[in-house]
Formats: sequence, C-alpha cells, structure tokens
Amino acid sequence: MSEGHSTYTPKTGIERWFDARMPLPRLIYDSFVAYPVPRNLNYMWTFGGILSIMLTAQILTGIVLAMHYTSDTNLAFDSVEKIMRDVNSGWLLRYLHSNGASFFFVAVYIHIFRGLFYGSYKAPRELLWILGCIIYLLMMATGFMGYVLPWGQMSFWGATVITGFFSAIPLVGNWIQELLLGGFAVDNPTLNRFFALHYLLPFMIAGVVVLHIWALHVVGQSNPTGIEVKSKTDTVAFTPYATIKDAFGMIVFLFIFAYFVFYLPNYLGHPDNYTVANPLKTPAHIVPEWYFLPFYAILRAITFNIGPINSKLGGVLCMFGAIAMLFLVPWLDTSKVRSAVYRPWYKLFFWLFVADAILLGWLGSQPAEGSYVFMAQMATLFYFAFFLVVMPVLGLIETPRRLPNSITEAVLEKKNKGAGGHPAGAVSAPETKG
Amino acid sequence: MKKILTSLAVLGLLATGVGAAMAQEGHAEAAPTHFPINEPKEMSWTFAGPFGTYDKAQLQRGLKVYKEVCSACHSMNLVAFRTLEGLGYSEAQIKTLAAEYTIHDGPNDAGDMFDRPGKPSDHFPAPFPNEQAAAAANGGAAPPDMSLLAKARGVERGFPRFVFDIFTQYAQGGPDYIHSLLTGYDQTPPAGMAIPEGTHYNPYFLSGVSLKMPKPLSDGQVTYDDGSPQTVDQYSRDVAAFLMWAAEPHLEDRKKTGFRVLVFLLIFGALVYMTKRKVWADVAH
Repeated sequence: MSEGHSTYTPKTGIERWFDARMPLPRLIYDSFVAYPVPRNLNYMWTFGGILSIMLTAQILTGIVLAMHYTSDTNLAFDSVEKIMRDVNSGWLLRYLHSNGASFFFVAVYIHIFRGLFYGSYKAPRELLWILGCIIYLLMMATGFMGYVLPWGQMSFWGATVITGFFSAIPLVGNWIQELLLGGFAVDNPTLNRFFALHYLLPFMIAGVVVLHIWALHVVGQSNPTGIEVKSKTDTVAFTPYATIKDAFGMIVFLFIFAYFVFYLPNYLGHPDNYTVANPLKTPAHIVPEWYFLPFYAILRAITFNIGPINSKLGGVLCMFGAIAMLFLVPWLDTSKVRSAVYRPWYKLFFWLFVADAILLGWLGSQPAEGSYVFMAQMATLFYFAFFLVVMPVLGLIETPRRLPNSITEAVLEKKNKGAGGHPAGAVSAPETKG
Repeated sequence: MKKILTSLAVLGLLATGVGAAMAQEGHAEAAPTHFPINEPKEMSWTFAGPFGTYDKAQLQRGLKVYKEVCSACHSMNLVAFRTLEGLGYSEAQIKTLAAEYTIHDGPNDAGDMFDRPGKPSDHFPAPFPNEQAAAAANGGAAPPDMSLLAKARGVERGFPRFVFDIFTQYAQGGPDYIHSLLTGYDQTPPAGMAIPEGTHYNPYFLSGVSLKMPKPLSDGQVTYDDGSPQTVDQYSRDVAAFLMWAAEPHLEDRKKTGFRVLVFLLIFGALVYMTKRKVWADVAH
C-alpha cells in the first residue's frame, strides 16, 4: 500500500517551504488523509485509534500525577490521598489514570481478539503482530508497576508475589529477583525503581507504537474478509471515511470509560489498596488487577511437579508460556484462509477460547482451592490446546467456505442482499456475521 | 452479536456449575470457612446512584458519633478540619470546632514542643501516639485509621451480582459493611463455635467469627439535637455515611461532573454518528 506514490501537492508557500526541507506535512497527509483503507472495515477496526488516545491520556494524566506523587514508602500512600483530597481536580486525574489503565487493557484485549478472529497476524503481517505483542508485554509491565505506586496492601503484596515468580527460575532466579527489588524484599528501593520504570515504559510503548504503525502502513490493514486489497475500488481514503468512523468508535468507548470513572471509580480496584502497605500483615486473598487474572489462574493451576520441574517453576513457565503463545501465532496457524468468517470450525473454537479466557479470569479472582483448582487446570489445558493443537490442525483439515474474489465483490454482495433486490443472484455474505 | 450472546451463555452455564460445586461443599455452622458469615445488609443511602448527594444533617450526626465514640480509639489522620465545610459548617463553626482540640506542635523558636488549640488547617489528632501504643491499649490489635475505611472495606459480591452492580452503580459496599458490622453484635454464636478470648462474636465481620472491638454503640449513647432516633441502627447509618464522606469528600462533585461529561459525549456522539452516516452514504461497505 505504501508503494502508491504520494498524492500530496503543497498549496501554500509555507507548505512548499516545508516540503522542500522536511516533508512533515506530506507524511501526515499521506498517512492520515490520503492513506487508503479497505472499505469494509467494521467497528472492531476502530480500536487502534482508541488505543492511541488511551495511551496519550495515560501519559498526560500520569505526568501531572507524577508532579504530586512522592515515591517514598513513608509518604507514597499519603501523597496519593493528597492528590485525591487537596489537589485541584486531583480525584479526577487519579481516577482517570487508574481506570484508564483498565480501559487501556479492555481496548487491547478487544484489539488482540480481533486480530485472532480475522487472522490479522498472517503473512505479511507477522512483524506487525509481534510488535503488537511487545506493546502488550510493555503494557503489562507498566500496569503492574503502576499498581505498586499507591503503596496500598495489594500494591505491596502483589509486588511481593509477582517478583517472587522470578525466584523460581533456576540459577539466575534469585539474582533477577533481587535486581528487580533492589534488595531482598519489596521496600523503598523497589518503589523508587518501579516509579522510575513506570515513567519510562510508556514512552517505550509509544516508540514501539510508532514501529507498529509504520509496519501497518507498509503492509496495509487487513479487513473482515481477509482478502488483500486488489484494486482502488476496494479502498476508501482514510479521511474522511476512517477518521469519522474512528471518531464515533472513540466516543462510544469514552462514554463507557467515563461511566466507570465518574460512577464506579473503584469497581475495578480492590478495597485492600485503600489500606496502607503493611509488610507484617498478609491479606486473606492476594489478587492482581483484573487484566492479569487469566495468567494468574494459569500460574496457580500447576499444583503438581513434572519430572525435575517443581510446581512453582512449572506454574511460572506456563504463565510466561501463555503469553509466549501469542508471539508464535503467525506460525502456529496453518490455514490458508485468514478470516474466521470463512472458517466455521475455527470460528467455533475462537469463541470457546474467548469463553475460556474469561473463565480463567474469573478463576484467577477466586481462591485456589477445591473445585476451582481442577477447573483452572482444565481451562489452562484448553488455553494451550487452542494454540498448540487447534490452530495447526484445523488449518490442515478444515474446509473453508467460498471466498469472494475481492473486497468490492463481498461488499456489493452484502449490499444487494441488504437491499433485497437480487435474492437469487446474491451469494451468502458471511463476512457480515460474527 | 449472536456469537457474543452464545459465548456468554456458555460462560453462564460453566459458572452455574461452579456455583453448584460450591454449594455442595457446604460448611458446618459452628466452624465456618468463609467470611463474613452473613453478608452485609444493603441499605438505602442518599449518596448512591448517579445523582447521589450527601445528607449534610446525617453527616453532622455521623461526625458527632465519631467525635464522641469512635475517636476514642480510631484515628482519622487524612481528614483536615477545614474540609468539614463539606458537612455544611461555616468557617466560624469550623474554627470553633478545631479549637476544641489540642494539637501538639513545635519546635518553637526556643526549640521546645508545645500544645496549642487546633486550627482549621490541622487534621484530626490521633488518639494514640503510635501504632504500637494503639495496639497495646486495645488488646494487641491497633484500631484501623478511619479516613478511608468506607473504601477499604467491602465484601466480595460474587457472580452474577458483580455484573448487575455495573448497571445499578452499586458502590456502597463499604458503608453497608460498616453499618452491618456495628449493628451485628448482640447475637448468640451457634452452639459449639469457639470464640477466642478477648474477642466478640459478629457474623458480619469480614475476616473471622469475632473481632477485638467490643460493641461500641448502644441506644441513647449519643444525644442528637435534630430529633433523629437515638438508636444503634441510626448511629450506625450516620457514622457509615460520615465515613463515606471522609473517604470520598469529592463524591458529589464527581457525580455532577460525570453527568455533564456523559451528556456531552451523548450529544457529540450523536452528531458524529450522523456525520458518519452522511460521509458513508454513497459508499457500500
């Protein structure tokens, strides 16, 4: 898509002056105005834009919060409360930031599941997908460290549990853990380095986002049919078509976000984090933030030793393995067809996988005892089977449905069907479902 | 959409299975394994819902209960006298109220610590000099600071209630819990239940069968001058509402702003949607 040469023509003197020296206006025009996007993108494709504004909002609110925050174990909790009580609109900034993290993850999970459904990771978009996975990893690190900063009970104990994972790694584990903590336990050095890193990582995310968008603009967007753009009629210009659609998607998303910020600001948090950290008092149940719960459930599902691997190391390996699966997806999926719209069996397993991920999330919030453990083990098994068995095998044995010849054909079929004008001629338009 | 509904249905079935499995586990009445034994009672609060506001008279009564009863053991370190404006007090009233307290301050120019009457900028002084002293005076358990108690306590809602809570905007778990706990004394533990010595049975307590705090309130203990009933139930409601205010002083501001933001987004969204329809009108997609 990038091959199409630039259609930008500088109109004013100042534009010509810039264009001859540093063609920034040309880059913006080519990327956000003339850039061709498939005409059949649905609202699932608005989440890239939504994620961009969430990242920007997090950085902006975060910078102001950092002006009022103190990263000292004796002062951190009270400094956050000072923001909540005395700083002008401090409660708003802080609730926007803490709920913003959650909604950043809501958006990224929808974005990832959209990629899995429509096969957006397939050649030539493997690198685009992997850059996305790196952003997700950085987000997890940022989210985790950010949760430690208010220095509540869950901050402290979550940090203790999660950094404890690293000690399970043979030989270097303890060294890594001590490096992360800056000591032998979560304490002032930990809080200080987490604050420094929590401020740094979002800018690294922004850097990888630039690469992600660059890669996207080289290979072009995928679309619900999974068929590559073949002619000019398959696409529309980014502005106004994608811009206005993205804008509407963003407003709907912001509406739900605002609903939580203003009416349920603590719904997604844990009450224990309103109690200052106490290293001598362990909470009854230590639970991480909701967006880590599926991985937490996988970690705790491994209650047995496998040969030389004890249950602790096994749990940690499975947890990291669960994330590593995402990086391998472009090569695990053997299907020649991209979109699940034309893959009835993959579609079924995809929705089972979504249900499995939600189930794992719920199990992660429950104590690891009784029937929960067995359920978590089964759900973990399905999680890995989806990637390691279903993805490679289905691609080989599944008979996909008939694919339209082009995006334009698919769109026109749907239009005719919708108008009811040509029922006989209209072939099924499965890309409208799902 | 149909698919999403189907998957939700699958999830629902799975969850029902879990529920059934849990019910089978059961628990002996005398040796419960899950706390609290009784769930908090859901009360009606003026500050609930999208247009909720604090009942200032109730907050003032709650402050009275805190001052006369709770503050003997519980600190409220994060709350400054000046913020009591939120309870409807005038500047002069706050000055008088603050001056009732003695604040240990210093050092002065001579290097000495001294006592002086409180000023509006002071915070509520703590009843004990440190946590150890608080614990020593209270049977080994330091009474928790009350500034954030209404947000720091909450009983897990469980599936499917936590889903409904999104739509009902249930965010009163803290005050409900405090009210239930304060009115939950005076009950006889089931036969055979072991109550550790020096603790008091309360089926609403979040983390055990009993707690160190004895029943703090009794009927008629605090005199109300606005004619409200002087009962434990009323005291508990009032102090729970007051603690919600102490934990979330900007709640009214938050909900008011929220309503404006949502109305703006609704109108803006409708306009953008109509523009979007127009832009895409002649492009099949």
